[in-house]
Amino acid sequence: MARAVSTRSKVGWTIAAWVVALIIFFPILYTVITSLKSEPEAIAGFNLIPSFTLENYVEVQTQRDYFRPFMNSVIIAVGSTMLGVVIAVPAAWSMAFSPTHRTKDILMWMLSTKMMPAAAVLVPIYLLFRDFGLLDSRIGLTLMLMLINLPIVVWMLYTYFREIPGEILEAARMDGATLWGEIWYVLTPMAVPGIASTMLLNIILAWNEAFWTIRLTTTNAAPLTAFIASFSSPQGLFWAKLSAASTLAIAPILIMGWFSQRQLVRGLTFGAVK
Amino acid sequence: MATRQTRTLARFMMAPSVMLLLFWMIVPLAMTLWFSFQNYNLLNPGNVSFAGLFNYKFFYTDPAFFQSIWNTLVLVVGVLLITVVGGILLALLLDQPIFGQGIVRILVISPFFVMPPVAALVWKNMIMHPGYGVFADIAKFFGAQPVDWFAQFPLLSIVIIVAWQWLPFATLILLTALQSLDGEQKEAAEMDGANFVNRFIYLTLPHLARAITVVILIQTIFLLGVYAEILVTTNGGPGYASTNLPFLIYRTALLGYDVGGASAGGVIAIVLANIVAIFLMRAVGKNLDR
Repeated sequence: MARAVSTRSKVGWTIAAWVVALIIFFPILYTVITSLKSEPEAIAGFNLIPSFTLENYVEVQTQRDYFRPFMNSVIIAVGSTMLGVVIAVPAAWSMAFSPTHRTKDILMWMLSTKMMPAAAVLVPIYLLFRDFGLLDSRIGLTLMLMLINLPIVVWMLYTYFREIPGEILEAARMDGATLWGEIWYVLTPMAVPGIASTMLLNIILAWNEAFWTIRLTTTNAAPLTAFIASFSSPQGLFWAKLSAASTLAIAPILIMGWFSQRQLVRGLTFGAVK
Repeated sequence: MATRQTRTLARFMMAPSVMLLLFWMIVPLAMTLWFSFQNYNLLNPGNVSFAGLFNYKFFYTDPAFFQSIWNTLVLVVGVLLITVVGGILLALLLDQPIFGQGIVRILVISPFFVMPPVAALVWKNMIMHPGYGVFADIAKFFGAQPVDWFAQFPLLSIVIIVAWQWLPFATLILLTALQSLDGEQKEAAEMDGANFVNRFIYLTLPHLARAITVVILIQTIFLLGVYAEILVTTNGGPGYASTNLPFLIYRTALLGYDVGGASAGGVIAIVLANIVAIFLMRAVGKNLDR
């Protein structure tokens, strides 16, 4: 089975792959390095060895109150994900285990709502949010992100649930399990990994969403996307601080992302590639 | 099979998701359509009147409109070209036997998890800045004149940034598809004397066809809505040189306070997105049948 691979060709491929990978990763690496430089150092030309100062991290907190947008991001991303899963699990469960001839149509229709360009409905959403007092509120943004990600959540859960063998349910039914007993004792333990993967991907998507989060907030509810975008205006020495804020903003999700490669493929291709 | 009780229950369980999405689909859509036929300016909200097709005509005759459609197309097609071709090459490279494959994969996939404002600002300031960016440092090292990317090539700059964000996605999907290719088939082709190019054209590429389709269609959905990258780098300029359709709608609505005009633009964007959507639904729908 295994092909003998000459060590020399493996070394060659390894060098090529690492060079390309480091080039692609470089902007992230350089951001982390710059965040550890002083401001004059940051614009003093190409330099990969910083003075390892942490002053930027301190200043991002003391001058710009980093913790507030960070908490907003956590609350909005986690909140919209939990809410979405609570709403989507029953739907995905019923579509996976008691499908009708309309199930496929409903799934396709749900997916189609995802095609609506966000900017196209900016005006009505903005006016609705204004009239209901939801502008710049965490609740408004949580609801918004839950809605735009709901089709992906239903789809992902559906593809996971469909892989749970139906015979197990029949066996449980034969043994006299009630419907809720079925759900609680049989399905839930088998569904937990799928639900966890779905939540992971959804938190990543919500954390990085950068249209509604920027347009529907100003200061109070602004998450990290809006916070970082506000760095586009100031002039002068701010690159090291921008880098520190950026590093803090992407680090948690980057690490989560590394563990979610498979789920990402599955979730974003709606099960078409596994 | 299903009893009436379970069927009722199934409907009951689907209701919240279906109702929410129905609401989310119909209400903003109906409002956009309605506003697009109204004279409605946020600076003069008391004076709303029926406008007929005026907003569409206004949007249509605005020189920024065709430029923004063109820019949207350039952005989508440019990024697709870079990410699909680059993604295939990268996937082929990562599929080779290499030391530290796991870490290489992590490095390559990372840009996808960087939020758009961070990606754009990092590229704008640290990489492409004509004075202090890495590209300028490289140019100076070779004694060349540094390029002022966002002034000279605003749209290309944005294409590069967005392609950097999406290349990992294409690579990951194509690599996943590549790894599901039957090893024995590959070996058989090798034994039959097919060289690398022939194996790629007759075996690998057909196997990847569906994954490539999925990558193109899903990226198109997201690329049609690129916004934050433009906002924090060029703000649509110089002039309208890097304004795409979403950005033009945002400008008309929230900077020009023109609800009617922005809504007409929104309707046009929805029509465009639907043309793409029809193709996507077909591709994904086919897969569901299996």
